[in-house]
Amino acid sequence: MAQAHIVIEHVSKVFSSGGREVVALQDIDLVIPRGQFTCLLGPSGCGKSTLLNAVAGFAPPTSGIIRADGKPVVEPGPERGMVFQEYALFPWMTVADNIGFGLEIKGMPNAQIAQRVDDLLAMLSLGDFRQRYPKDLSGGMRQRVAIARVLALDSPIMLMDEPFGALDALTRRNLQDELLRIWQQLHKTILFVTHSIEEAIYLADRIVVMTYRPGIVKRDLLVELPRERDPSSPEFNALKRELGALVMEEQQRHHSEELRMAAVD
Amino acid sequence: MKRWRELGAGLIVPVLVVLAWHLATAGGWVDPHKLPSPEAVVKRWVEYLLPLQPYESGSKLTWAFSGELIGDTIGSMYRVLAGFAIGAGLALPLGLGMGASPRVYALFNSLVQILRPIPPIAFIPLSMLWFGLGNAPAIFLIALGAFFPVLVNTIAGVRQVDGIYLRAARNLGARGSTMFLRVILPAAVPYILSGVRIGIGTAFIVVIVAEMVAVNNGLGFRISEAREYFWSDKVIAGMITIGVIGLAIDAGMNRLNNHLLRWHRGLEH
Repeated sequence: MAQAHIVIEHVSKVFSSGGREVVALQDIDLVIPRGQFTCLLGPSGCGKSTLLNAVAGFAPPTSGIIRADGKPVVEPGPERGMVFQEYALFPWMTVADNIGFGLEIKGMPNAQIAQRVDDLLAMLSLGDFRQRYPKDLSGGMRQRVAIARVLALDSPIMLMDEPFGALDALTRRNLQDELLRIWQQLHKTILFVTHSIEEAIYLADRIVVMTYRPGIVKRDLLVELPRERDPSSPEFNALKRELGALVMEEQQRHHSEELRMAAVD
Repeated sequence: MKRWRELGAGLIVPVLVVLAWHLATAGGWVDPHKLPSPEAVVKRWVEYLLPLQPYESGSKLTWAFSGELIGDTIGSMYRVLAGFAIGAGLALPLGLGMGASPRVYALFNSLVQILRPIPPIAFIPLSMLWFGLGNAPAIFLIALGAFFPVLVNTIAGVRQVDGIYLRAARNLGARGSTMFLRVILPAAVPYILSGVRIGIGTAFIVVIVAEMVAVNNGLGFRISEAREYFWSDKVIAGMITIGVIGLAIDAGMNRLNNHLLRWHRGLEH
């Protein structure tokens, strides 16, 4: 297998919420090889976004260490580009300025930025939106811009936090295909958080199922289905059933925990 | 077509009010010294606008603008702009600093909280003791009136920048001044502009009051002077001028707002 790109060693994250200690992550160990498309799958509250934020460098783990390209992660940086569910485009910048902002920070000359932005606009079929503001764009178009913004930096690692969660089913499939195309073309290492079982099977080389508090790895499996994957095939659905049972167990624990907390309050 | 109809509908009530005013004065029901007829006010307004002396020699343009009204308007606007520029010019950097740095905030906040509730009008006696009469005390008061709204809104604007933008910018590698100038400042602009709008409104109130007590020209001075001569028509003519200028400032601010916030979701036109 290819060399390790992201290494997560004994990572735990504890935070206090309403006077109680919550163990969001407990002793997570994961090695993600270069070029792998990995999905973190689980119900809300299972710590998958916490883990992603730790890899991004937004919220360091309470203990343990994360290495990207061999270097310990201590702060956010453009070599680990993040795509957020809420798009997080800068509304005061045009589409082109949003995409070029990271390059501007790097100090790239304007002519080169313009060239790079042009290429990315073409790659993501955004050409007509160059001078528009994010408010004029649909959710799907905004997420394309957010992906282009990360691609502009040429980050070897892409971190994606439920990026398609707010999109309708058709737009979602459309962007999933687009993402797969980009991933195959540019050989990115992608760490992708989702609670959609189907999305995980459709996209990932590898699915890591996480448990609800404490967040540990419940199942770590490689998806062997050939690409382009057909969500209506029997193999796809067999895997979907298997993972569905795992995730629903955690969802049930999440639900009963919520009921218990409500009763305590 | 629709615009004209809306404009027409908007004129109905004002026209009725002027008509009622006309009937009340023409019918002799009110003392014309207390409420002159609308015709008298218009006549007075035109006299106020036109040059005092007949044309003799020199530039026609200078002569055409030599009327009292024009001089007063220029005087008042000069004070508003100068005072506002000073007040907002000081409030903006302080507000950015206080919003961005808890230490700067802790340092200045108590003083701001003590001074802020004092209406700028209450500074009139002190401003006259410090600056005497004329433009200086008026500009001081106007600057004070513009300062606090801009300050308070700038602080709020910086503090309420959505964390998601900061995270996205940090992820792209933004730090320090880039973060501040390209992310925090633009994100705070909607708040800052609403502070500017309130500030300029306050400045306009303060200029009229300041001119009534400390300056011997300007629109505020003129209506106060007219009262001493019992020229109620001139008082009202002056008030209408003040209203029209206020409206023009507001319309100008609106256009500036729409331009600077063309990216903002709240504005869809």
